[in-house]
Amino acid sequence: MTDTTIKATHPVLIFWIIAGWVGFCLLPWFMVEDGIWSFVWLVDGYPFDEDHAPAAFLIGQGEKLWLAPLLVPLALPLLILGKPKSDPQYARILILAGALGFGWLITQGFSIGIRGFNFDWMKALFGEPKIRQFGMGYGAMICATAFLFLLTQGIAARGSINGDVFVVSAIGGVITIVTVFVFFPIAKMLFAAFVTEDGAYSVSVFASKFFDDRLWGLGCFAGAKCGAAWNSLFLAVLVGFITTVLGLCFALVVTRSGFRFKRGMRALTVLPIITPPFVIGLALILLFGLSGSVTRFVAEIFGVQPTRWLYGMPGVLIAQTLAFTPIAFLVLIGVVEGVSPSMEEAAQTLRANRWQTFKTVSLPLMRPGLANAFLLGFIESMADFGNPLVLGGNFDVLSTEIFFAIVGAQYDQGRAAVLAMVLLFFTLSAFYAQRAWLGKKSYTTVSGKGDAGVHPLMPRGLAIPVLGIAVAWAVFTAVVYGMIIYGSIVELWGVDNSLTFKHYVTAFSVRFEEEGIRWTGAAWDSFWTTITIAGIAAPLTAAVGLVTAYLLTRQSFAGKNAFEFGTMLSFAIPGTVIGVSYILAFNVPPIEITGTGVILVVSFIFRNMPVGVRAGIASMSQLDKSLDESSLTLGANSWQTFRRVILPLLRPAILAALVYSFVRAMTAISAVIFLVSAEYDMATSYIIGRVENNDYGLAIAYSTTLIFVMLAAVGMLQILVGRVQIGRRTQLGAEKTT
Amino acid sequence: MTETTIASKAAPVRFEGVSKVFGKDVVAVDNINLHVEAGKLVTLLGPSGCGKTTTLRMIAGLEMATSGRILIGDRDVTKLPATDRDVSMVFQSYALFPHMSVLENVMYGLTFSGFDKHESRSRAVHGLDLVGLKGFDNRLPSELSGGQQQRVAVARALVLEPQVLLFDEPLSNLDAKLRRQVREDIRAIQQDLGLTVVYVTHDQEEALAVSDEIVVMRNAAIAQIGSPRKLYDAPVDRFVADFIGEANLINCTILSVEGGLAKIEIEGYQHSLPSRDLTPGPATLAVRPSRILIGTDAGIPAKVAKATYVGVRMEYTLAGAFGQVFAVQDDVDDPLEIGSQVKMAFAERGPVLLPEG
Repeated sequence: MTDTTIKATHPVLIFWIIAGWVGFCLLPWFMVEDGIWSFVWLVDGYPFDEDHAPAAFLIGQGEKLWLAPLLVPLALPLLILGKPKSDPQYARILILAGALGFGWLITQGFSIGIRGFNFDWMKALFGEPKIRQFGMGYGAMICATAFLFLLTQGIAARGSINGDVFVVSAIGGVITIVTVFVFFPIAKMLFAAFVTEDGAYSVSVFASKFFDDRLWGLGCFAGAKCGAAWNSLFLAVLVGFITTVLGLCFALVVTRSGFRFKRGMRALTVLPIITPPFVIGLALILLFGLSGSVTRFVAEIFGVQPTRWLYGMPGVLIAQTLAFTPIAFLVLIGVVEGVSPSMEEAAQTLRANRWQTFKTVSLPLMRPGLANAFLLGFIESMADFGNPLVLGGNFDVLSTEIFFAIVGAQYDQGRAAVLAMVLLFFTLSAFYAQRAWLGKKSYTTVSGKGDAGVHPLMPRGLAIPVLGIAVAWAVFTAVVYGMIIYGSIVELWGVDNSLTFKHYVTAFSVRFEEEGIRWTGAAWDSFWTTITIAGIAAPLTAAVGLVTAYLLTRQSFAGKNAFEFGTMLSFAIPGTVIGVSYILAFNVPPIEITGTGVILVVSFIFRNMPVGVRAGIASMSQLDKSLDESSLTLGANSWQTFRRVILPLLRPAILAALVYSFVRAMTAISAVIFLVSAEYDMATSYIIGRVENNDYGLAIAYSTTLIFVMLAAVGMLQILVGRVQIGRRTQLGAEKTT
Repeated sequence: MTETTIASKAAPVRFEGVSKVFGKDVVAVDNINLHVEAGKLVTLLGPSGCGKTTTLRMIAGLEMATSGRILIGDRDVTKLPATDRDVSMVFQSYALFPHMSVLENVMYGLTFSGFDKHESRSRAVHGLDLVGLKGFDNRLPSELSGGQQQRVAVARALVLEPQVLLFDEPLSNLDAKLRRQVREDIRAIQQDLGLTVVYVTHDQEEALAVSDEIVVMRNAAIAQIGSPRKLYDAPVDRFVADFIGEANLINCTILSVEGGLAKIEIEGYQHSLPSRDLTPGPATLAVRPSRILIGTDAGIPAKVAKATYVGVRMEYTLAGAFGQVFAVQDDVDDPLEIGSQVKMAFAERGPVLLPEG
């Protein structure tokens, strides 16, 4: 094997050289209006029509001559065909070609826009010739990819990371896409905060927007309104605190009590995964709104005038607490179970009673987990968009203010950018605190060795209130979810309480005709779009996530910590911020994808990437590193090792990453609401639209359907993964018997 | 041994001034020069953290040398990653792929070596045959016992006919009884096929039993290289003497040296032994526990501090002005009593003079 790879040119290199030429000579260079997959462009003047022509034909006709220099880096790699990898020329030429090509592509892309030169100094320098171009299309994209991987192969040939082409290419690829789709939009947004109305940059504009009273005002102490920043912060702290306490109660009940319905409580952990974020808000309206059932009941008995108390801080607080308690529960159950029972048993043998053991050993050991749950609740509350939108009333929070700054009558991109910066600052601080302060401070002891001990029960004085709180909250949650289903089959809530399937029919009716099924329901369009987009995004998300996880757990390279921080960062970036920054960044060339389905897919990939990364890291760190090493010493290269050893062993993690990214894509609203278009409407934004028209019945019916679809997806995952694990368990059983 | 298709392409390994530094200043291996002859089994022996595993992994290409040159055969492999080196390795944890059957595990490396499927299969079957696992083809690794897993790992490495075969503490996960057998099997296969093997262990007995040559390492450097016999009988310093065979180290004085024979004195007791180029003055005497004679007429006065019966022999701890020594005696029928005063002397052959340490 060694001889062949050394003498002949590597097939991967040949592939990328050909890909570069294909992108340049065959595929349309610019964005094609009807989408590349319609293939309308093939019959519409290709390859000579200016809009659909490949770069080579454009140059041939004397158009877009600034693309001509790309021929040099395209031709350069041809020189080294047949040269051995160890030849110093090999690495040098590849690096040169890759860097030149990639650099030139980017430079020209940013310099020349729809209206000619983007920068004034260029106009001054070159005059104002009649040149312009649209966003890059598949030709340009494949060309850029080819240059990137030529560059990484050059770097690998120079001996970086043991000359491993796969690893260097993977690192290069991940860095590039994260830069393009996370850092670039965020940077663009930050710049937008300094732009005045006539397009100049000014600090004072930023300052006036930043020190706005609507942002930092403290009027609420004097009876007026407080600024959105304070509102968000206050709400997030409160939600973080309450969800942590409730989550701890649940975790304690499940692990340290004799409560009979523990298993049922565990089911709570599934809820946040399958619930679209605003659904809880809707259910609360059905219960406590002006015509809500509880409101009416109370009004009749006590003769109190119904009020709109729900709309504002109390409603948002209740909704978010309901929505995020299961997340805290999920985090804390791991922590509470992770405290080694033998520590607690040791404390008991040292003459501490149960209460003293809990207070002096168990609780302190859980402290980092508690802080972690708090920060998660804080970040989630800050980023939440659906509930404040539905229930916020006059209570302004950052995420909704951003939305109204862009979508409302004020249309102020600068203000949206400033608000987004403030929001980003809060969430990133929490994210940073979580990583820097808690990252290494975990006392949970999950060693490979079996810990035979059992957790002691809670002391009685603690058990009763904890159990009470947990059961009460669980019942409340159940009632709220019950209301969702009930609300979907009521004619008109609070006015006409007769039962009907009308809403389902409106949304999901089908007609069987001769030509086949006709999807006549109002919701089908957005439903199929959602399924398609989520279905495209899920495998891509899982792939990017797993490759990143592989790099993080299995490879060491310079700048790995920064790399890790960068890839996990998108977890802390609220969806609204992503939405705003994508609009600002991708509305103009070189990457012009707003209004397409591509931007939705891309936003899902980078919103949900941390899910895939975490799933991958969790299961990869359980695979002994010697498995990789033995594969390498047996002559497999790192790509073959990844494909034949790591991936097969990661099957459960891959499935989980697939399903979760699919489900999360279906429930996402915050980023989506900025990015949808008439052609690509998503289920969640459609529902929000119904809510804004006070069409609650349809909205709730649609939400219920979504919940059941996602429940089915998660259930299928459980069955599939369960099978994989059972298969493994029998093997272990067999091992014990031999 | 039956006729097999597994041949040896054994090649020598040479380290020229090789160092490995982790991070900025953690020196794992410090300027090592080493030559492993083709067809020999060489053991890297030393306490944990001495750099022996790092040295092994540098041969495999799993760690890259920070400086120096590594040659396998005539080829400079210093910068070559593991995939491209003609070396295979048996891991401490065996690292069998749990999702592949035994046969698939053994075939794994062959499929990357340009063999077609049929050829790979017959080679793999031969390999399994060689390690005595005929008919286990379709088992999963988790369905095998520890010893069987270990053999699969050996077969998987063997069938590639590597220039060098590496073993990283291969016996440490086996129980004591199995160790002796597996180690004899490894040695037999190595000698039958004429393989170059580099073997890492921290167990000196294991090293003495299997090796053609032992490399004793200490603090990232080589302390001594030699055949088992040479290391046991002629250690160069206190570390090697102590690490191999638990030598008792006693301070002594060389009175005179005549014709290569030194006359030494400890507390009035005199003894003659090879001088090993030492000159009169203070020195150290290294004595194996079995070379201490107890109850002689002339000797060093000592007191029996501990006496332990371990079945085949008696183990004593003797205390005196010289400190403490550990001694064994084959006479289990008339054990010495704890607290009794005895005279202690040294056997004619065995004790070694070392420089004062």
